[in-house]
Amino acid sequence: MDINEIIKPENKVYSRPKLMTEATMHYCPGCSHGVVHKLIAEVVEELELEDKTVGIAPVGCAVFAYNYVDVDWIEAAHGRAPAIATAVKRLRPDLMVFTYQGDGDLAAIGTCETIHAANRGENIAIIFINNGIYGMTGGQMAPTTLEGMKTSTTPYGRRTDLNGFPLKISNILAELDGTCYVTRQAVHTPACVRKTKNAIKKAFQNSMKGLGTSVVEVVSTCASGWKMSPVNANKWMEENMFAKYPLGDLKNTAE
Amino acid sequence: MKGNEAIAHAAIRYGADGYFGYPITPQSEVLETLEEEMPWETTGMVVLQAESEIAAINMVYGGASCGKAVLTSSSSPGVSLKQEGISYIAAGELPALIINVMRGGPGLGTIQPSQADYFQATKGGGHGDYRLITLAPSSVQEMADFVFLGFDLAFKYRTPAIILADGIVGQMMEKVVLPEQRPRRTNEEIARQCPWAVTGKPSFRGRNVVTTLELEPAAMEVINNRLQEKYRLIEENEVRFSTYDIEDADYLLVAFGSIARICQKAVEVARSQGVKLGILRPITLWPFPSAEIERISAHVKGILVVELNAGQMIEDVRMACHDSIPVYHYGRLGGIVPNPQEVLDAFFDRFPEANS
Repeated sequence: MDINEIIKPENKVYSRPKLMTEATMHYCPGCSHGVVHKLIAEVVEELELEDKTVGIAPVGCAVFAYNYVDVDWIEAAHGRAPAIATAVKRLRPDLMVFTYQGDGDLAAIGTCETIHAANRGENIAIIFINNGIYGMTGGQMAPTTLEGMKTSTTPYGRRTDLNGFPLKISNILAELDGTCYVTRQAVHTPACVRKTKNAIKKAFQNSMKGLGTSVVEVVSTCASGWKMSPVNANKWMEENMFAKYPLGDLKNTAE
Repeated sequence: MKGNEAIAHAAIRYGADGYFGYPITPQSEVLETLEEEMPWETTGMVVLQAESEIAAINMVYGGASCGKAVLTSSSSPGVSLKQEGISYIAAGELPALIINVMRGGPGLGTIQPSQADYFQATKGGGHGDYRLITLAPSSVQEMADFVFLGFDLAFKYRTPAIILADGIVGQMMEKVVLPEQRPRRTNEEIARQCPWAVTGKPSFRGRNVVTTLELEPAAMEVINNRLQEKYRLIEENEVRFSTYDIEDADYLLVAFGSIARICQKAVEVARSQGVKLGILRPITLWPFPSAEIERISAHVKGILVVELNAGQMIEDVRMACHDSIPVYHYGRLGGIVPNPQEVLDAFFDRFPEANS
């Protein structure tokens, strides 16, 4: 059988989501960002929220998220996305507003904005990429860096007596009365990708229903920052990151 | 009413869409008045007490990105915290109104009035090459009027404007005629008037992105040059000032804000003693009325710049008159406000020949 006989519209099972642009991604091989971007594009399309969606991009590797997902975006200063999202949603309650933030953005420089937006129960969705490292600036220690983990600013491994402890910020957010849905997911297997997509969908629906703040933490790899192959990074994540950041719902009062 | 209260009422009447603030003396009455007025029940204006000045200015950044008319207010230490966000608002070419009811510094300083944030407001304040349209009210009436003027200029040029008030104008009570209530713009009007605004992407246009990041140096230079062209345009068109008794003046006082009114009294006293003193009060501190000061400097023997700081605006005055005549400074610090006689004493100290 000739391959051209197979490549026909009726045989198509998968294609780039309508809301993904054709821009070439700058992400490294094995990075989780691209998968999460795709899930956001798919969910916005499936919920028919294309003309109602505003994303708030972070500082960090995902600073260029607005080049890849074809919705309206605001690019925030480092850590300030939840404050910006607060104003957008308050001034335009008809819109679906989400932030996309890494661990340094959300759990270090933006801790104040994150906790207070969640505590006010702002009707926004927070997509939180936790890869335990500062990727964009070259692999420095993040608040979520594991104990003993080597980074460029903890070259001999993170020491809790010097650097404190890995911050489980989603657990803190789950304690707040303003959050309606806090979950921790991953995107390293097809099954996990499907679960994360459902979580993002739930979070976006919560924003439109005005149920409070939703947080979807995605425990992710940073193969370049971790200095591992993509395959080894996935394995290391399963063995080490999941032990500290176990997957599953931390809170769901939205149902 | 108080100047701070006038700002709150004027914001509602302008049809502002949102106020985001954090308490700090001596301007907390802005937030308190808005919370008491509950404009969300009448005009639909959003009022929110933020967790910090940083959060508040970023809420303004978010609201302005949506094309909404949004403002924040604070006092000196709080305005320092806002500088990051103000730089982003300027870089994003967003309209927004910021109010600084200045108190004395540096550091935590004092809660008493000051004008020591002149450099910060007129020379940029945050990182990068940008300017703020800077309005200096000297009365409660102007506190109200400049909310309208500030918003109008901010939207006209898509750039942040700041009302640089001091603790005297903020706390002082005067009669004020509030402007007529304007309706808030609808989302449809905003989409039409602000085609750059983030509103959710309709099918008829591409996505709108508010960003201040450009890693390509050549492209970043183009953006910077565009900003500078806008600032030159503002300098050509938006200079505002008022003068008093300058026609036959031998000497000139230059002062802004509340201290300009104290200087006006000093001018009256001097004139009663036969000393021909006049006053120029810059209303826009940036753009600065350099051309008018240069013009007057050809006809007077000297200039005294009176400020509640250690000498900030005097640099712009000296540049305006190219040091062609003596320009001296009289300033009080730490929250001290001089009376008209002290201003006059300082004047005669700097210009003893004026007394003969």
